Amino acid sequence: MLKINQLKASVEDTPILKGLDLTIGPGEVHAIMGPNGSGKSTLASVLAGREEYEIGGGTVDFDGQDLLDMDATERARSGLFLAFQYPVEIPGVSNINFMRAALNGKREHAGLEPIAGKDFLNLVKEKASLVELDGKLRDRSVNEGFSGGEKKRNEIFQMAMLEPKFAVLDETDSGLDIDALRIVANGVNSMRSPERSFLVITHYQRLLDYIVPDFVHVLVDGKIVRTGGKELALELEERGYDWIKEGVVS
Amino acid sequence: MAYDGKDKVLEEVTAKAYEFGFTTDIESDKAPPGLSEEIIRFISDKKNEPEWLLKWRLEAFEVWKKMEEPEWPHLNYNKPDYQGISYYAAPKQKKELGSLDEVDPELLRTMEKLGISIEEQKRLSGVAVDFVMDSVSVATSFKAKLGELGIIFCSLGEAVQEHPELVKKYLGSIVPTKDNFFAALNSAVFTDGSFCYIPKGVRCPMELSTYFRINESGTGQFERTLLVADKGSYVSYLEGCTAPQRDENQLHAAVVELIALDEAEIKYSTVQNWYPGDAEGKGGVYNFVTKRGICHERSKISWTQVETGSAVTWKYPSCILKGDHSIGEFYSVAVTNNAQQADTGTKMIHLGRNTRSTIISKGISSGRSQNSYRGLVQIMPSAENARNFSQCDSLLMTDTSGAHTFPYIEVKNPSAKVEHEATTSKIGEDQIFYCLQRGIDAEQAISLIVNGYAKDVLNQLPMEFAVEARKLLAVSLEGSVG
Repeated sequence: MLKINQLKASVEDTPILKGLDLTIGPGEVHAIMGPNGSGKSTLASVLAGREEYEIGGGTVDFDGQDLLDMDATERARSGLFLAFQYPVEIPGVSNINFMRAALNGKREHAGLEPIAGKDFLNLVKEKASLVELDGKLRDRSVNEGFSGGEKKRNEIFQMAMLEPKFAVLDETDSGLDIDALRIVANGVNSMRSPERSFLVITHYQRLLDYIVPDFVHVLVDGKIVRTGGKELALELEERGYDWIKEGVVS
Repeated sequence: MAYDGKDKVLEEVTAKAYEFGFTTDIESDKAPPGLSEEIIRFISDKKNEPEWLLKWRLEAFEVWKKMEEPEWPHLNYNKPDYQGISYYAAPKQKKELGSLDEVDPELLRTMEKLGISIEEQKRLSGVAVDFVMDSVSVATSFKAKLGELGIIFCSLGEAVQEHPELVKKYLGSIVPTKDNFFAALNSAVFTDGSFCYIPKGVRCPMELSTYFRINESGTGQFERTLLVADKGSYVSYLEGCTAPQRDENQLHAAVVELIALDEAEIKYSTVQNWYPGDAEGKGGVYNFVTKRGICHERSKISWTQVETGSAVTWKYPSCILKGDHSIGEFYSVAVTNNAQQADTGTKMIHLGRNTRSTIISKGISSGRSQNSYRGLVQIMPSAENARNFSQCDSLLMTDTSGAHTFPYIEVKNPSAKVEHEATTSKIGEDQIFYCLQRGIDAEQAISLIVNGYAKDVLNQLPMEFAVEARKLLAVSLEGSVG
C-alpha cells in the first residue's frame, strides 16, 4: 500500500526527516510514536503533499504510484486521507457542501458523474451516525465554532465519507475526553478492512487501547529507530523515550 | 511536488483573461466628440424631449462647468478628457419593434453571449428584460403582463414621452443636478436608462431586470434609472452589466434614484462586471456612479451589489431614511484584482424616528489592487431611537493588494445606537491546504473560501442573480445543497 524509502525532508533549510523507511501493507494499522520534534507531524504533512516541506531525497510508493510526483489534490483523490491535528475552520462554507465538493472531486478523478443529491444525503446520514455527528454540525460552517472533540469527530466523518485507501491520523486523540476518544476510535475501527491501511500518529498509548495497531514504530530525530508490536507502546508509556534515545546515540 | 504554490494558483485564477470581451458590430448614429450646449440640444432633440427637460439638462451643464472632479477618493487614475468623449450613440433602428424577430440578429447573439437569451428568459424564468445597448432600449418583454397591474417598466426616454408627469415629479428629486460632479454630468447628457413605477399596493410579480452594456468605442455611457414604488408596493429590481474589451478608458457615470413611498419596499440588486482593463489596468472602465434612495414612512430600501469589474469604481448606494420606522440596507461584495481600484460603500442618513440601517460590506483584494470601503452613518437630531449596525470585512488574497476602511459616523441624537465591526484577514494557507487534502482543487478551494466569506451578501441576491454572481466569483457548489 505504502512504501517509504529513505525519505528526507526539511523546512526552511532545517532537516526534519533524515532517511525514513516505512512499509505499510494493505489492511494494516501502524502507529508512530515519538518525542516532540521528532518529525511525526512533518511525516503526515509530507505524505499529504504540503508545499512548505522541501523533499531532500527518497521515494514514496503509494499503491504503485509515485506519491511525491502528485500534488495534494491528486493524492487525496487517489485515496490518501489526512485527519488533521488542528482541523481548519472555513467560515461560510457549510460542512455538507464542503463534503460534496470533496466527494465529487474524487468521483471526477475516477471518471464518475457527480453524486445525486438524494444519494449524497443518504450517505451523509449513514456516515455521520458512525461518529454521532448530529445534523446541526453537518449544516454548520466547516469546523467553525466546533469544540475540540467535535472537530476530531468531523475529521473521522469526512474520512468515512471519502473512504480512503490509506488514512493518516495525526494526533487525533489530542484534546479528546474519554467519551470522545471512544467515539472517534469506534469510527476508525468500523472502517478497518483488508483493503484499507492506517497510520496513527500519537503521543499516548491510550489511543492504542482503542485502535489496536499491528505495528508500533518509534520515530526519533527523523528516523524510525525501533519497531515492534502493540507491547512496544506499553513499554514506551512506562519507560518514556529516553532509553530509546540513548540506545540510538550509543 | 506538482502543487507549486498558492500564489501561482491565485495568479492563474484571478488573472484570467476577461471572458466577456467581445463587441457587436452594429452601425451607430453617433454624435461627434465633445461637450457643449449644442451637443446637449442635439441629444435632447434626438430624444424628442419636451422643453422642460432640455432646460433641466442645460442647468445641469451650467452647474457641472463650475464643478471640479472629486479628489477625496482613495483612487489614482488619469482624469478622462471630457471633450474627447462622444455623448450620443444609438443603434440604427428607426422602426418600432413588434417582436423579437425584428431585432437585429447580431444583437440577439450578443445577448446570448451574455447568457440572457430573451426567448429563454421569457419562456423559463419570468424575468422581464429591458435591454439597454448603447443608450437606446431595443427589446422589452413582459410589458403586457406588467401593464395589467399598472406597472410601468420602460426606457426613461419612453417614460418622458408617455408619462411626463411622473418623470417631471421625480427626476432629480433624490440626486439633484448639483449633487456632485458626475451626477451633474449625467444630468446634462444622459441618453437613456430605465424607468419603473409600481402603483399603490401592487406587489410586482417578477424580478425586473435591466442589462447595461457599453458597446461603442469612445462612447461614454450615461444611464439614468428612476424607480418609484408607490405606497404599500413591492419591487425587486436587478441590474447587471458586462462590457466589451477596449483599449481606451471608458467612462460610465450613471445615476440611480429610488423612491419608496409609505410602506413600500424596494430591493435593488446589482452585479457589475465592466471590463477591468488588462493586467496593468489599461483600457478598463471608469465607473463613477451615484445611487441613492429615499425611504418614506415604514418603507424599506435594500441595496445589494456584487462588484467585480471596472478599472476604477466610485460608488456609494445610499439611503435617506426620511420616514419614521423606515429601513435601509446595504450588502456589498467588491472584488478587485490586478490593478483595479475600488472606493465604494454607502451612506445611511437617518432623519425619521425609529429608523434602522444595516451595512454588510465584504471586500476582496487580489493582485496589486486597492479596495476601499467608505461609509457614512449619520444620525440627525430628529432621528429618535435610530439604530445602525455596520460590518466591514476585508479579505486579502495577496501581499501586494490593499484593503482600506473609512467609516464616518456622525451622531446628533443621544438615543441612537450605532455598532461598527471591521476585520481584515488574509486568505489562509491552512484553509487552502485543508481543501486540497480533501481532493478539492486549488481553484475550487479558493472559490469555496471566497464564496463562504461573501455568503451573507450573496444570500441577499434573488435566485436568478445569485447564479450569475456565483459565476462571477467562480463558485460552484456552495449553497446548492438543501
